[in-house]
Amino acid sequence: MLAPDSVGSTFAGADSISISQSEIDAFAAVIGETDTTSAPPTFTIRISLDQFQNILTQPEIGLDWSRLVHGDQKFEIFAQVKAGDSLSCSATIESYRVAAGNEIVSVRSDLHRGAELVVSSWSTLVVRA
Amino acid sequence: MTTKIDVGFVIPERVVLIDRQMLKAYADASGDQNPIHQNEEFAVSVGLPNVIAHGMLTMALVGKYVTDWSGGTASVKEFGARFIKPVIVPAGEKVDLTINGTVTEVSGDQIKIDLVATSAGIKVLGMAKAVVIKK
Repeated sequence: MLAPDSVGSTFAGADSISISQSEIDAFAAVIGETDTTSAPPTFTIRISLDQFQNILTQPEIGLDWSRLVHGDQKFEIFAQVKAGDSLSCSATIESYRVAAGNEIVSVRSDLHRGAELVVSSWSTLVVRA
Repeated sequence: MTTKIDVGFVIPERVVLIDRQMLKAYADASGDQNPIHQNEEFAVSVGLPNVIAHGMLTMALVGKYVTDWSGGTASVKEFGARFIKPVIVPAGEKVDLTINGTVTEVSGDQIKIDLVATSAGIKVLGMAKAVVIKK
């Protein structure tokens, strides 16, 4: 069970996450993208999901990550992510409900480069009963 | 010459083949090492029919289909999908991800696309949509 008072909370992630060319290249290679001057549109999920896991599995919040499936995902992309970027990530637990024993958590991730909002994304994560 | 894109424009279908090797490569590139995407015994033990592809791999491949049409990775402004059914990837097999897209709205320089993705004839993404600025 997710601690109910965590809904609405925003968590700051690591101070900054450095993006390397080799990370972009590896992600692009899987999908056959050869232009790696900027990251593919879904690249930042690796940052956001990692942060969601760190936040939601804290003992005081208490989500069981081992039974988690991804329900849906949305990105709004305001600027391109490139090698050499240093991004800060904040995550917000937007909603939580239980349906048929499944826990359904909606979380939002905002990635900033300095003061500039680069990508916002929304994930629905489902912990199966 | 710029081709005008109208509502109803159909982007040519693409079939991508997914195998276990691709799942391993995506796990390493994305950091998502959940064993349901690599270990058949584990996947079955948690009630899945077999190893399944990462939903985000499916979405990344659909994203590549979109950006190849719209003019590169920088052309996507919004992209979303629901993961309604898993892409099942048995050992030693290559399974299809069949992708189609249709333009549903053109507003200024922004083009909205509805996307359909199936595997083995089953729809795997729901409400899959992208907004692009085509180059």
